[in-house]
Amino acid sequence: MTSSAAHASARTASVPAPAMTDANRRALEGAFWPIVSLLAAMVVFGLFVALTGRDPLEMYALIYEGAFSDAFAWQNTLQRAAPLILCALAVALPAQAGLTIIGGEGALVLGGLAASVVPLAVAGPPLLVQALMAGCAMLAGGFWIGLSGWLRHYRGVNETIASLLLSYIAIALLNHLVEGALRDPASLNKPSTRPVGDANMLGNLPGIDVHPGLAFGIILCLVLHVVVRHTGLGFATRIAGGNVRAARLAGLPVGMLILWTCVAGGACAGLAGMVEVAAVLGSANATLAAGYGYAGILVSFIARHNPLAVIPVAILIGGIGAAGSLLQRRMELPDAAMLVLQGVAFMIILGMETMTGRLKFFQPRGA
Amino acid sequence: MATHSNSRRGVIRALGTGGVLAALAPRFAFAQAKPIVIGVIYVGPKDDFGYNQAQAEAAAQIKKLPGVKVVEQEKVPETADVQKTMLAMIRQDKAAMLFPTSFGYFDPHILKLAADHPTVRFAHCGGLWSEGKHPKNVASYFGYIDECQYLNGIVAGHASKTKKIGFVAAKPIPQVLRNINAFALGAKSVDPAITTRVIFTGDWSMPVKEAEATNGLIDQGVDVVTCHVDGPKVVVETAEKRGAFTCGYHASQARLAPKGYLTGAEWNWLTPYTQFVKAAQEGKPLTNFLRGGLKEGFVKMSPYGAAAPEKGRKAADAAKAQMMKGGYVIFKAGMKDNKGNVVVAKDSPQTELELEKMNYLIEGVIGAIPG
Repeated sequence: MTSSAAHASARTASVPAPAMTDANRRALEGAFWPIVSLLAAMVVFGLFVALTGRDPLEMYALIYEGAFSDAFAWQNTLQRAAPLILCALAVALPAQAGLTIIGGEGALVLGGLAASVVPLAVAGPPLLVQALMAGCAMLAGGFWIGLSGWLRHYRGVNETIASLLLSYIAIALLNHLVEGALRDPASLNKPSTRPVGDANMLGNLPGIDVHPGLAFGIILCLVLHVVVRHTGLGFATRIAGGNVRAARLAGLPVGMLILWTCVAGGACAGLAGMVEVAAVLGSANATLAAGYGYAGILVSFIARHNPLAVIPVAILIGGIGAAGSLLQRRMELPDAAMLVLQGVAFMIILGMETMTGRLKFFQPRGA
Repeated sequence: MATHSNSRRGVIRALGTGGVLAALAPRFAFAQAKPIVIGVIYVGPKDDFGYNQAQAEAAAQIKKLPGVKVVEQEKVPETADVQKTMLAMIRQDKAAMLFPTSFGYFDPHILKLAADHPTVRFAHCGGLWSEGKHPKNVASYFGYIDECQYLNGIVAGHASKTKKIGFVAAKPIPQVLRNINAFALGAKSVDPAITTRVIFTGDWSMPVKEAEATNGLIDQGVDVVTCHVDGPKVVVETAEKRGAFTCGYHASQARLAPKGYLTGAEWNWLTPYTQFVKAAQEGKPLTNFLRGGLKEGFVKMSPYGAAAPEKGRKAADAAKAQMMKGGYVIFKAGMKDNKGNVVVAKDSPQTELELEKMNYLIEGVIGAIPG
């Protein structure tokens, strides 16, 4: 998983070296167990569906049709995955520094709120307004999660509880402002801020019916993967996350390392809020707190807080959402059935983690 | 690292081939004589004893009509998710008409989809469709349920001994305020000394706060409780446990409170659903703005519970008979809000659009609009 490993494998590709490198084995194992787990989960869920008197084979076909069968299904899946990618980063980044942050929902909500205010204050070319919206959203989100990091490092407050409680405060703040000072008087039964205006809306990615949140998410995952895995900053952060005392002995600025992960993670969730406002809702309202921030926690944990792995995991969850939609409509399965599938899948994935390193094939051979 | 980038390319390749294959594969076509496909979308569970259940009960009846196929999805948030669900119903199920039932689905989600799909009919619950501003293939339907709330108030007024009635409300928006005010006016028609205490929980589904509010109201001496939240289950069950009377909302909660359930204000969405579906089947134009009350069969009362006092039943039945004649006025000229300002300028029959913008609590209501 290091650049030297990449070089090594590039060499082995040109030289006729038969054996796999240990790095390749590790990477392969990283994908192997989740896939086995998913297959196992599908079997268990098939049994569950059979118990309700429905045909499990039809169910499998519908999951494929709903989530991955054609361009529409893929767009459906990717659209649902987009906000999850950004929100998962709000968990995955602080995790590098050893923090368990679960307050992405609050950062998203405040990001959306901050973004919705910008067009009221600034008039200008859409690109400028959008950039300012994104900037303000990231500042707001970064500040909010940064607050949890600061409390943890400088005041010894548990960051998990702090970030969760700060989320509730953020949602209350949103409701207070949206139903009070920032309310558009024309929004009667759904209190909202004034519309950001059609000109300032983001539109879709070129060629597909998915908003730019997907592109932002994937780019940020790639960039942050490089930062975390291939830079001195990332290395120092992971040391601080692994062993604070060792990091202090080595003279690393642990406080700053914690803060940057929190601020950057919060900024990602804040950006997700801006996308919700500028690409979907058109104004800020209570809908911002739709639970994407909480779903992001799940995504990050399944991805083992690896920014790259966040992408496929989010797509998987998006796919379950898209497939669940079709299962409800065709097989009349209740929404709760999809929660059963999600629950079964994640229990098995997490349980299978104990299998890591148990199979001989994946064990390092010093190659 | 190398394996990772390989698998990433693999995913992209699979993505591409998936799309191409799908484009080549013949489209799934329905072989039988085409039934009209109706899609219904709910924001919460279909069996919530409340808002969603009221819609689902109508959908279940529509399902039985000849030549109609209903597809449903529950717990769809008011985000891009609902756009994808509507699109999926149009593309994958070939739906010709959609009932996205939650208020927040209207703007921007339905408006966006409707503009892109002019041949699909969208019927939305509660929105204010206006000519020239909204697409022609969108309709908004709603019921004058404040008529039932007024009748609730009459029965509650007769049942209350403490002259204090409690109202647990979600948000101070026009639809909720209109219900609170109509309820309070019904109670006051029994005895002007009766007051209605209101507590806003702040959101549509807040089970813990709803229970706290109910308990808090009963602790203040309230002996009849009603509510306007998405699922009245918690309020009704809590009040039953405390020995207070309840009036229901959305659907019947009689089953949850066999001792204290007086009556309730229920939707009868079957009426507008049937009108919309028949029109779609016969190819008749869409009625863009559809409203109705007791007379039109858009709303109905729960059957009286055992606890409903005889005098209250008679008084409510008499008022109901007046409403069934049409033109009944609940909000009369000169009525004041609870701060003493005159807020109803002229006699306002139910069709008065000004009532759909209500922003006050009527005299006799104890409480304030937050924010």
